[in-house]
Amino acid sequence: MISVQNVHKSFGDLEVLKGVSLDVNKGEVLSVIGGSGSGKSTLLYCINAIESINKGTILVDDVNVHAKVTNKDKLRQKLGMVFQQWNSFPHMTVLENAALAPRIVKKMSKEEAIEIARKELEHVGLGDKLDVYPTKMSGGQQQRLAIARALAMKPDYMLLDEVTSALDPELVGEVLDTLRLLAEEGMTMICVTHEMGFARDVSDRVAYFHQGVIAEIGEARQVITDPQNPLTQKFLSKVR
Amino acid sequence: MGSLFTPLSWSDSGLILTGVWNTIIISVLAIVVGTALGLIVGFIRSESNKVVNVLFGSLLDVLRSVPLIIQLILFSTLMGAMGSPLAPFVAGSIVLSLYTMAFMSEVFRGGFESVSPSMQTAARSLGMSNWQTIYHIRLPISLRAVFPSWLGVSLSVIKDSALVSVIGYMELLRTSEQLISRTQQPLEILIGVGIFYFIISYPLSYYGRYVERKMAI
Repeated sequence: MISVQNVHKSFGDLEVLKGVSLDVNKGEVLSVIGGSGSGKSTLLYCINAIESINKGTILVDDVNVHAKVTNKDKLRQKLGMVFQQWNSFPHMTVLENAALAPRIVKKMSKEEAIEIARKELEHVGLGDKLDVYPTKMSGGQQQRLAIARALAMKPDYMLLDEVTSALDPELVGEVLDTLRLLAEEGMTMICVTHEMGFARDVSDRVAYFHQGVIAEIGEARQVITDPQNPLTQKFLSKVR
Repeated sequence: MGSLFTPLSWSDSGLILTGVWNTIIISVLAIVVGTALGLIVGFIRSESNKVVNVLFGSLLDVLRSVPLIIQLILFSTLMGAMGSPLAPFVAGSIVLSLYTMAFMSEVFRGGFESVSPSMQTAARSLGMSNWQTIYHIRLPISLRAVFPSWLGVSLSVIKDSALVSVIGYMELLRTSEQLISRTQQPLEILIGVGIFYFIISYPLSYYGRYVERKMAI
């Protein structure tokens, strides 16, 4: 379980998170929506300890993420993360991209790592691209590679930061389908997204972020189709 | 009465080959040491610590802006004046290596900075440590990016090594100068020396093109 308790985060004078609290249970899919600058991506970075926090606590399976004694490299093995930019490693084939972290971080044998990488790549539909260099692939394929690369570490949670925002419109579908598949398989996910249809159909709950606080959080269909907070209503009327 | 000059003969080939060999030795040494130091300095510079950057930056600026020939003469004379004269090979190797380092460090700094921070974040998010990220991601990506520039610097080091002749190192150019003063056949000898420089440099640039083709993805 991921537990975010009263988290504050500032960049200089700008307070981006102003006391955010939420829990994500095992097997749950939470979508986070909100305007740009609302702090939704920052929250993911804080959960993954890429960013520090100024106040509050984040627990992942009861481990305090930001405690000095926490081994952050070890913690990140539990938290697969995919970004807006897919960041494929350009000097490696697709298979090597996915096999690298299992091999050097988890110290698996080369054969084991390749086996796991191959499975995850087939899982996201890239089974025929194993020996291709990622720069030869479309953005959608590279983003699926990024998902497979994260999955190859066998994470307990997936943090997805606007993974379709940088994609050409016609490539969004294939990535969302992959995420849908993961959700069906019971992966615990926090998805920061602008895809309202995806948020409504795939996630269990939706949180609406407004200026660093959670303005509304609730059952996905309710928040998207029947929002209670006027701020949420206003936001959704604009993005539709 | 015999002439004061003796024409070029086959017995001079030993001398010429020594010159070729000495040019190769000092060039390879300067390229290897300059690359190693340049990699370290370039990495430190890309990590953008301001104090370090200003310190290194000005030193590098001096090394790159003062003509090599002046650096060689100054260094060699200064060491002599300070009572610890260095053999031409030693003094020449030190100056040429540092000179090479100054150019290589900027090449590598550019390479390291070409790897986006988000690429590093992506690697770290997979659980890689900082060093693993440097070794498996930043280094290989930046080395590929800078290889053509590295090759260019290396090729000019081979040619610049000719300047070490001014402090008395018996490399190819100095050997040829001696032969010219004895034989008075500058045209033949300089053409020959040019060919030798080409023979030394060409394999490197040929190999470079091969490596570039192999790395092209």
